[in-house]
Amino acid sequence: MVWDWLPEYLPKFVDGLWVTLQLFSLSIFFGFLLAIPIGLVQVTGPKWLGHIARGYCTLFRGTPLLIQLWLLYYGLGSVFPYYPGLRESFIWPILVEAFPYAVVAFSLSVAAYEGHVMKGAFQSVPKGELQAGRAFGMSNFTLLRRVWLPRALQNVLPTLAGEAVLTLKSVPLASTITIFGVYGVGSIVRQETYRVYEPLLFVGFIYICLTGLIVVLFRWLENRVPSESQL
Amino acid sequence: MDFFYSTANLLYEWGPNFLRGLSATLQIAFGAYLLGLTIGVLGAMGKIHGGKYLKLSLEIYTTIIRAVPELVLILLLYYAGTSLLNQSLEAFGYNPVDISGVAAGVVVLGLVQGAYATEIVRGALLAVPKGETEAGIAFGMSKSKLFRRITLPAMIPLALPGLANLWMIVTKDTALLAVVGFEELALVTKQAAGKSRLFLEAFTVAAFLYLGITLISNQIFKLLERRATRGLPKLEQV
Repeated sequence: MVWDWLPEYLPKFVDGLWVTLQLFSLSIFFGFLLAIPIGLVQVTGPKWLGHIARGYCTLFRGTPLLIQLWLLYYGLGSVFPYYPGLRESFIWPILVEAFPYAVVAFSLSVAAYEGHVMKGAFQSVPKGELQAGRAFGMSNFTLLRRVWLPRALQNVLPTLAGEAVLTLKSVPLASTITIFGVYGVGSIVRQETYRVYEPLLFVGFIYICLTGLIVVLFRWLENRVPSESQL
Repeated sequence: MDFFYSTANLLYEWGPNFLRGLSATLQIAFGAYLLGLTIGVLGAMGKIHGGKYLKLSLEIYTTIIRAVPELVLILLLYYAGTSLLNQSLEAFGYNPVDISGVAAGVVVLGLVQGAYATEIVRGALLAVPKGETEAGIAFGMSKSKLFRRITLPAMIPLALPGLANLWMIVTKDTALLAVVGFEELALVTKQAAGKSRLFLEAFTVAAFLYLGITLISNQIFKLLERRATRGLPKLEQV
């Protein structure tokens, strides 16, 4: 084991950690925002919307994230230049960067997995509680905000923690479209120093720490939310 | 229309390659799944009945595998595994061997699957009601008969949903082997896309092939589940 490369590359790893965390938190944020309506329309609302949401979940949960990422970045990315006017428009600078593609691909994937979880969560809330809210004269939105969503979340926090860890572990895939997170920096070190194992072990160590952090964070959240076993 | 025309062109030219990639993907997924199941059953036994040190090492194995990204594990196990094997072969005076991509992929993904399978099987084994196994003992069943006639049929319905999920994960995880240069569906697709310059079409074809695997295996697992839960009280459909 030779670790003399570490001090030299440590600043790069810090940059990489920042990229990894950004990609992770942005996709969890946007993904979860999408997951709420995706879960909700499968439980209530018009049937055709529910069918679309279910189809979306099947499609994105049934294909590898790597293929989705490449489809977006290489596939759509190769089509965009042929649209006249897009090159001159204000979004063009965004479309030539790799990072937005990764955020979109990861968010869509997170939305599908968590949407599936949220569907079960919304279903598991007892009907009586929703009826009680209605009896109080709550509007649909207030009911969702005050009763349905909090009660649903309470039931699935452990599952969401698991999904978050899985999302974190898929962030290295972004290195295949030139995004240098912790894993990407690790590959650079491996190419430049010809050390095979040490950079990988270091990357693995960082990920174990991050996973631990997520688990602790969610446990803290779970403890803040009163659950039935504590009542 | 343009899109369908070029997709048809792509399939005409690269169809056999896609099929070869698909078959490689299925082979690896199948091998890794079987290996993972074996590790899972043994690991669950070890976690429940094993001694202190066995339990501790199994705990470390499942924790680390489940916390480190699959991509890192694949690279680590691939390089470490091949060089370890060759070093030990040399130490015993044999010639170093080239490890085939299929074998390496199966072993690496199998080890990853094993960690998840261990937890699933352990949960299912622990959930088998004690009274049922005690009844078996009271009937004077031997250990192997007890396992075969009571524990196994009682735990399979509990473990099947998790194991079905694992199969879905492994079919998709095979795509990661593209990164170590193994020619399965994802890498074949990337090559076809690069050569034909039909990126959107190629990746769409691959996505539908993977989706096909998922949908077909979904149906198979549904049938298995129906068979495993026959005679059990129907659970409320959630």
